[in-house]
Amino acid sequence: MKTQLSLAGAALLALVMPAAAETIYVSNEKSNDITVIDGETLEVTATVAVGQRPRGITLSHDHKFLYICASDDDTVEVLDLEALEIVGTMPSGPDPELFVLHPDGNPLYIANEDDNMVTVVDVEKGTVLAEVPVGVEPEGMGISPDGAVLVNTSETTNMAHFIDTATHQITANVLVDNRPRFAEFSGDGKQVWVSAEIGGTVSVIDTGTKEIITKIGFEIPGVQPEAIQPVGVALTDDGKYAFVALGPSNRVAVIDQQSFEVLEYLLVGQRVWQLGFNADQSRLYTTNGNSNDISVIDVADREVVKSITVGQAPWGVVVKP
Amino acid sequence: MRFLRTSPIGVVVGMLAAFTGAFAQDKQADVATVPIAYITERIAHVPLSLVEPILTDAGVQGARLGIADNNTTGRFLGQKFVLDEAVVPEGGDVGAAFEALLAAGHRLIVADLQADDLLAIADLPAARDVLIFNTRAPDDALRNDACRANVLHVIPSRAMRADALAQYLVWKKWRDWFLIVGAGDGDRRYAEAIRRAATKFGAEIVGARDYDAGSTARRTDTGHAQIQKQMPVLTQGEGYDVVVVADESDLFGEYLPYRTWLPRPVVGTQGLVPTSWHRSFEQWGATQMQNRFHAAAGRGMSERDYTAWLAVRSIGEAATRTDSTDAATIEAYIRGDEFALAGFKGLALTYRAWNGQLRQPVLLAAPRALVSVSPQEGFLHQHSELDTLGFDRPESTCRLD
Repeated sequence: MKTQLSLAGAALLALVMPAAAETIYVSNEKSNDITVIDGETLEVTATVAVGQRPRGITLSHDHKFLYICASDDDTVEVLDLEALEIVGTMPSGPDPELFVLHPDGNPLYIANEDDNMVTVVDVEKGTVLAEVPVGVEPEGMGISPDGAVLVNTSETTNMAHFIDTATHQITANVLVDNRPRFAEFSGDGKQVWVSAEIGGTVSVIDTGTKEIITKIGFEIPGVQPEAIQPVGVALTDDGKYAFVALGPSNRVAVIDQQSFEVLEYLLVGQRVWQLGFNADQSRLYTTNGNSNDISVIDVADREVVKSITVGQAPWGVVVKP
Repeated sequence: MRFLRTSPIGVVVGMLAAFTGAFAQDKQADVATVPIAYITERIAHVPLSLVEPILTDAGVQGARLGIADNNTTGRFLGQKFVLDEAVVPEGGDVGAAFEALLAAGHRLIVADLQADDLLAIADLPAARDVLIFNTRAPDDALRNDACRANVLHVIPSRAMRADALAQYLVWKKWRDWFLIVGAGDGDRRYAEAIRRAATKFGAEIVGARDYDAGSTARRTDTGHAQIQKQMPVLTQGEGYDVVVVADESDLFGEYLPYRTWLPRPVVGTQGLVPTSWHRSFEQWGATQMQNRFHAAAGRGMSERDYTAWLAVRSIGEAATRTDSTDAATIEAYIRGDEFALAGFKGLALTYRAWNGQLRQPVLLAAPRALVSVSPQEGFLHQHSELDTLGFDRPESTCRLD
């Protein structure tokens, strides 16, 4: 069975192989390193030791640097992607977990889990521009395509906080289900999708009215409802699909972005948390924290085509075009 | 600070945070207050290990952090949470302190009390319409024959602890247990829970011994010389996989590891311990809780701090979801089907309808590291796997639902 799958996977890969070589970066929370993977061969090409407990990662606008939340070092590290060396750090506030870069490439908005704050950092000057008080244990960070609105989720307060990026003031608080982990704007900026890990749902919020349009629930035959814990959310820019990582159920849900209907569940590795598209969104990568691997999903076919062993407790994943 | 003289024997109960402010609508526009009372009897607990601190503020620090967390959320909703603390000295008049809280208008009470005091206050006529959160007493009787309609149990019962431990031992195929029972009432009840768990999960008590440690001093020069001769004799037996110790007062259990007759692990109240919280626990976001607590209290979080935090957060969660500060509305929501609390255990915590016990995973912790979390995989249940721990609905003699 496994052989058949990998043969089929190889055939599929040959068909969907992107023209330009991409590079995949995975942060490994437990082994304190970044795994570098060739997007074409899907082979690990390097492992780079970084700071303590690397979690959220994102690429600089020019793709020269990877920003890394080194949570236990209370800093954001800057990894030079040419030399694969840490070339600097940025102030982050305590325990940075996740962050999001302004669509213009600056500033960086960081969720500080330990002190109920979102820190705004100028990535060029390496200075703190503002601190925004939010709810208890801020984590999820989403930014609107035009960069005007930042959404932060707080895990113990159970809210999505809408923050005006011009004034750094909270403009609205939307109560969602328990332990919101992730916020993602739709391509047109009209919705923000917020996952709730303990609540087991994804709330789709209208960014105009700040009302919840719908709450998407999940049911997987043979899986205890408690094991279905939504975390990472990825939306295709064409408005077709949404992918939601469902934690210890070891599944990624595929949802119709328009009808909000769950189309199917893809079996991936164990305790899947974060998701990352490649540049043309033909592929989606998932970090599987308990099986120490990432799964490769073919977006068009909605099929898992390969898994790649990485470091210990993989957390974040991004793809450099 | 205000002091109330509450009983003829002159017990003085200190109330932090003035009552007068707690019940009034806040001066600021549209801020409504949720007053919560915390009552504790300060009973000295001296751990046997010199490495462990002697805590004088276990429990209340967790309640205070819960208030702070509730208020961080509350400021977005115009809700403010206030804690009134009533500290009764050992042997003091708990009932009088409780009545003073009721007289001040309190309806939501976090009770860090032992079982007899808890029952005494719950049975007072004036307590009929209050909601009491039991954050300290693990007694199984309180979840069965002695259950009360106005009490919710946040702290896991002895049965839940014993079941959590038993599931792990059975998973390890360590099915033959040697049981050492201390002389305290709590020790005997803990041992009962262990025996019940053995029957429930197919383990066997292959030997059992009572041990009266008397009153042991924490410090004795050259003390180890005697101990290393006594403990092997105490555990002399054959064919056991583990030694299960029931020593809730922490008088001798710490002496057992590495000194047992057979080279076997020690589990129970010492060694590998089933508990709802442990300072080594860092999963499911617990790191944030540990850090936040340490910053606020200047020490590690104890189990009673965690259960007090859960009680205060239960109230906060209900106030947030109902957008109400009314005690009756809050209580109805907590008891309802919609209620779910996030407590750093990876899934939602809810209260059992039949006896008011909070469903929760139980940690299995060694002194310096987490070993496992129960329920263990494979112990199935038709409703919730969490109900494999403790008295399930068909077993409990309590019928609140």
